[in-house]
Amino acid sequence: MNLIEQLEREEARRLGGRVMNFAAGDTVTVKTYVLDGGARRVQSYEGVVIARRGGNGVRSSFIVRRASSGETMERTFHLHSPLIESVTVRRHGKVRKAKLYSLRSRSGRAARIPEKLGRKKEIKPR
Amino acid sequence: MSGLGLIGVKVGMTQIFSERGERMPVTVVAVGGCRIAQRKTAERDGYDALQLAFGERKVKRLNSPLRGHLAKHQAGAARWLREFRDAVAPKGKGAGDELSADLFAVGERVDVRATSKGKGFAGVIKRWHFRSNRASHGNSRAHRKPGSTGQCQDPGRVFPGKKMPGRLGGKTTTVQNVAVVRVDAERNLLLIRGGIPGAPGGCVTVSPSVKRRGESGKKG
Repeated sequence: MNLIEQLEREEARRLGGRVMNFAAGDTVTVKTYVLDGGARRVQSYEGVVIARRGGNGVRSSFIVRRASSGETMERTFHLHSPLIESVTVRRHGKVRKAKLYSLRSRSGRAARIPEKLGRKKEIKPR
Repeated sequence: MSGLGLIGVKVGMTQIFSERGERMPVTVVAVGGCRIAQRKTAERDGYDALQLAFGERKVKRLNSPLRGHLAKHQAGAARWLREFRDAVAPKGKGAGDELSADLFAVGERVDVRATSKGKGFAGVIKRWHFRSNRASHGNSRAHRKPGSTGQCQDPGRVFPGKKMPGRLGGKTTTVQNVAVVRVDAERNLLLIRGGIPGAPGGCVTVSPSVKRRGESGKKG
């Protein structure tokens, strides 16, 4: 292990060692801290994970796509960001691709993802 | 502490998060084993400076003047020597003593000098950011050419300093006024915000910033 990898591991551990316990296609709720005029409050953002990047390292991120009444939003979250309070999985999606960029050109019924049922083991966050 | 810096080796880049949750790109510089060599004085050498030694090298690979010089100042077989003008050694430190990364404080502004990556013989587009010529519409093999280099019979010459193709990179480059984001005194690492010239493994000189002398973390 080189020094950079070691520093990245330490940094990830320092930030709580969060692990992605979700996959592309899953619906998640991400709670983030927002600074609102000096006061810190929690804001939640729910949507479908369309891509995960960089494993579980400090540099990893994931993209959450939210489609709500006519307007779609995509937000990139950095897994280890101290601004993320929690990531909760709402629903496991059944998909065959790791990156769901094709959802961008779809909407409504075409953008649905079937639910994956009977998942035996939940990956526990550390 | 005036003017004294450290010599290190570029380890590579990574990213860290600040307390406020900002993501920061950082370059890791390893400064372990940076030691004081010669103290130059105005009376003897014409100027005041502190020479530091860094890195390891086989003794038999040193030429004899360097071997003698390093032995005289108890600096061991060093790979690089760098001078810091008007620098004063920290209290109780003399020739041969190692300096540690905590010479710099978190938040302090520094200048970083290193040899940039060599790009070889580069054209004007890469080297001087010229615009490239048209891709089509009758352009005949002149897509990345420099075009005209001047006028006609009068003046009948190309002015000195005309930007032309040539060697790019591989020169000493300084990035000024960059912040030290983290100091690891145990492992002697400096985490400096942003990029630093040169490839990983290259020699890097970190000195207090010339631009913000009064505002630095430690007073000079």
